[in-house]
Amino acid sequence: MTPVATPFFFYFLSGIAVLCAIIMVTKINPVHSALALIVTLLACAGLYLMLYAPFMAGVQIVLYAGGILVMFLFVMMLVNIESLYIEKMLNKQWIVALAATAMFAVMVIAGLLRGAKTLPQHVLDLPEQNNVQQIGLLLYGRDTGYYMFPFEIASILLLVAVVGAVVMAKRRV
Amino acid sequence: MLEIGITHYLVVGALLFVIGMVGVITRRNVIIIFMSIELMLNSVNLNLLAFSRLYGLHGQVFALFIAADAAAEAAVGLGILIAFFRNRETVNVDEVHLLKW
Repeated sequence: MTPVATPFFFYFLSGIAVLCAIIMVTKINPVHSALALIVTLLACAGLYLMLYAPFMAGVQIVLYAGGILVMFLFVMMLVNIESLYIEKMLNKQWIVALAATAMFAVMVIAGLLRGAKTLPQHVLDLPEQNNVQQIGLLLYGRDTGYYMFPFEIASILLLVAVVGAVVMAKRRV
Repeated sequence: MLEIGITHYLVVGALLFVIGMVGVITRRNVIIIFMSIELMLNSVNLNLLAFSRLYGLHGQVFALFIAADAAAEAAVGLGILIAFFRNRETVNVDEVHLLKW
């Protein structure tokens, strides 16, 4: 079986992801930003496939690009975007942004220069045929279900989020 | 071209994180700030999956939890945004300074 993780696909997908992320941050119309963010998330789903995580790629497409971004577009219908073109786009914090970016760049470069040797040299042999089964065993298995309690906590978190969103968005009665 | 290793994915994740962070710090529109936060969470997911290539499937389970977290955060944040727009008729974050010293 020929590997799918060729350098061409990696550079193609990551280039699309980074380019559309920059477009997302710099566009003034939030609808254009949302469309660019959808393209970024789809490119990231392709990168997940290259990392042998097909279940997370599917979750990415269905939940991020299909669910969350549609919710963003619905909210944009409720707020008016015509007035955005006459007021300025950025606030006066670009010095803070520059400093934060510089510190993050120093951190990443130092981490990669020093820590790249401490990573394991051999990648694991993750089978992609039973990826969903392995994740399901980690979540729900009788002996291997390490994450059953955090999964229940996540369900309670989602319930609280739904109730909170409805309470904050409803009209005052 | 050289072989694609784990550090390539880490660099891409760091780039996406920095772009999202610059968006959070510099933009005024709160919708785009929320979308930048989603982008930052997504880059963290990319890092987790890259490390799960080295250390086993636990990283993918954590990425699943982060996806659930992102959905909850988007729901609550957009609810706050709708309430905010109903009260103030604006979506700019620097016009909300009641609690700011």
